[in-house]
Amino acid sequence: MMNTVDVLEAFKPYRGDALVVPGRGGRHWVPMTNNEGLDAPMGDPAMGGHAGFGFGLALARPERKVILFDSEGDILMSLGMMVTIAEQKPLNFYHFLLDNECYATTGGQPVPNAKNVDYAAIAKGAGYPKALAYNEIEDLKNDLPGIFENPGPIFVALKVYPEVQNEAIGSRRPWQTRTRTEVIQDLRGEFGLA
Amino acid sequence: MDDAAVAVLSPEAVLDEMRKNDVTDVVWLPDSETNWLFLLMQAEPSLRLVGVSREGHACSIAAGLYSGGRTPIILIQNTGMMESGDSIRGWLMSLEIPVVLMVGYRGYTRHGVNKDTAATYTERFLNAFNLSYYLVEGDADAPRISIAFEEAERTKKPVVVLIADEFHGFNR
Repeated sequence: MMNTVDVLEAFKPYRGDALVVPGRGGRHWVPMTNNEGLDAPMGDPAMGGHAGFGFGLALARPERKVILFDSEGDILMSLGMMVTIAEQKPLNFYHFLLDNECYATTGGQPVPNAKNVDYAAIAKGAGYPKALAYNEIEDLKNDLPGIFENPGPIFVALKVYPEVQNEAIGSRRPWQTRTRTEVIQDLRGEFGLA
Repeated sequence: MDDAAVAVLSPEAVLDEMRKNDVTDVVWLPDSETNWLFLLMQAEPSLRLVGVSREGHACSIAAGLYSGGRTPIILIQNTGMMESGDSIRGWLMSLEIPVVLMVGYRGYTRHGVNKDTAATYTERFLNAFNLSYYLVEGDADAPRISIAFEEAERTKKPVVVLIADEFHGFNR
């Protein structure tokens, strides 16, 4: 198992001018980012949609790498999305999965069949040309350069420690520094769009 | 006017409206009304077709496409629209994505006497979500699609076009 923050720290040197959709890693990524304008920390507009958002962004901006940090709870809600992604084969799309085996933001209840699901196998079966899985941060660090040297779509499943939140939602301190609509506006602004 | 007197909606008219509004990507799931349109869209070089396996997926994909500067349209059936409620709320409405959803109005009969609850709940669903919508039954209504695009852009909201021609044979 790895810490999500360590995963993001390991990834950061390879970010370049990539667009980053940090997903459930947003609260760690927002304070450490080196290019906020190219980030899309969406929070949780509706569970299950991060893969679609990152994928749509990748289709729209083929000149940029798009890095998504998805979660297993999200992708389980939309496994069919992986088939769509595999069909379109965006060469610039890197689909990382932070698998903490639970619904951390609702108190840590296990996701169905939490310890036995092989997400990389599902991605491979859906048609991703390359799918990898890591349990240890050192193995991931060793392979990250090679991952980004290859064309996408690449799926990378990562086992991470759960960071369970059990406070009432109203008493949680928000980590977002921008509203979701500001994030969209900022992204479009980076591309010279109104 | 009886049912038989209503002009049909041709897929060509729908495609023309897409071209007029510079649609770049059609995020869609097949329904019982769109097969001929699918064949035309496939042959249209200005369009990318992004097929989904569940209608709610179309919402976050469209949000990503729009954020990156594309002009997507969502093409689904009313049954799938109702299934997609939370994705419409979260990924389209709350993000202020100005996208048009063309929604096949399965079960629509014009006279309100239908045998399909998909039709019964379609406009109730739209009203519950406070989504603006336009009904398109025949070619004469096709310009309403452009009105929907204009409204979506002006209001920064998703706008629905109900394609209500299954009963008369959009595909036939």
